[in-house]
Amino acid sequence: MSHAATLPTRRDEDWRYADADWLAAADPVALGQWREVAVPEGETLRETSVLVEGGVTRLRIRVGKRGRYEHFALNSAGRYARLELEVALEEGAHFTFGGVTIGGGEKLQEFVTRVNHAPRSTSSQVVRAVQWGRSTGNFLGRIEIPPGSQQVDAAQNFKAILLEKGASANAKPELEIHADDVKAAHGAAIGALDEKAGFYMAARGIPPEVARKLLVRAFIADAFEALEDETQYDALLEKALAALDEAAI
Amino acid sequence: MLEINNLHATVGGKQILNGLTLSVGAGEVHAIMGPNGSGKSTLAYVLGGRPGYEVTQGSVSFNGQDLFALEPHERAAAGLFLGFQYPVEIPGVSFAQFLREAANAQRKARGESELSGGDFLKLAREKAALLKFDMEMLKRPVNVGFSGGEKKRAEMVQMGILDPKFAVLDETDSGLDIDALRVVGDGINAIMRAPDKGVLLITHYQRLLEVVRPDKVHVLAKGRIVKSGGPELALELEEEGYEAVTA
Repeated sequence: MSHAATLPTRRDEDWRYADADWLAAADPVALGQWREVAVPEGETLRETSVLVEGGVTRLRIRVGKRGRYEHFALNSAGRYARLELEVALEEGAHFTFGGVTIGGGEKLQEFVTRVNHAPRSTSSQVVRAVQWGRSTGNFLGRIEIPPGSQQVDAAQNFKAILLEKGASANAKPELEIHADDVKAAHGAAIGALDEKAGFYMAARGIPPEVARKLLVRAFIADAFEALEDETQYDALLEKALAALDEAAI
Repeated sequence: MLEINNLHATVGGKQILNGLTLSVGAGEVHAIMGPNGSGKSTLAYVLGGRPGYEVTQGSVSFNGQDLFALEPHERAAAGLFLGFQYPVEIPGVSFAQFLREAANAQRKARGESELSGGDFLKLAREKAALLKFDMEMLKRPVNVGFSGGEKKRAEMVQMGILDPKFAVLDETDSGLDIDALRVVGDGINAIMRAPDKGVLLITHYQRLLEVVRPDKVHVLAKGRIVKSGGPELALELEEEGYEAVTA
């Protein structure tokens, strides 16, 4: 299996923002391993993941007709931490993804999704990145709508907040649309924390570190909004904010 | 209470305040009026400590304390309240959460015990009723989707809950219809008219001053006070305009 033994490089589009040093030293066999997930017709599966250690986690998911797969992920790991989801949606199936990268130092954190749509399937992806130090948060999202896949509705949205100069974020939306009766939307924005809101909070007596936490919480909550289980929702948000607390800024 | 002495300030390198001197004593309400661009909002932001508003000369003493030695959130905890001309929208943060954080941060800074959820709600309900403000709106994100008038009412609800010693209110009357103006004016009187409190009311119009009667009225032009007088000065300005009165 020479295929599995070939290491990708940053010349591969899906790996263009990856950590080159990590990649060069990676074990090609381990890297070639995927966890397979199958959602039976008409059923729903929800997963959450918290990346605490660096490395690459790859999932290949097939969602049966009218089935539903939801994945909510927190990536606060380093030095290189990547979650990759390759999703095949059968007719009328749905995929939801909510992801947050949050980190500082030299961390390089990324989400990579590839979603293939059968007719009448839908997907909704929201990713938020909060970076400081010299860290990077990336979202590479490909949406494939092959010929004949009509009435597909696909949306992805990426926003990043850079708390310090030197931090960065990359968005790489890729829409391959070969059917005409479809809806596909993507949006990306990278900016700083809202200074006006920060001053408004200060004027009411809220110290800067508390204001920052409230604003970051509100910002990343978008990514987990579709998560209906309140316990899981709270746990993910809390863990994300714990990563912010470690920031000495 | 508030002693502003020879205050000079720049915004983006441009000189806006040019030697402003003003003193507001305890128990007093002063109004500042003046044409657009005279420096009214700059004065409010400088007192609040907004980043980008640089003090180049002069001093402000607040209850004997050097105001500029305090960070913006410390000024609030010391009892200074800034009512915004354009209250800021904060998506994702509920009004109730925002206000409780603010009230408790101030109490903590003053060494007081924090408000429990129940105590906070009781206080919020009381102040909302005073301003005829729908409690349901406290569940919504801060100022998001509020009309101009609702935002101003919400500012006064915040003032009621935070119970400051001194309020600088920047055009709190703009965007209010006549009924709302009356409610907000009565609210200011109820919350801030006390022997140990003071108010600096920045406004364009006489009508708010009919409800909140000022002890003194000052005219601001080109970054300094050019005329001061009693409440009758506001009437004079309304009838004759800034240019005639300050000529």
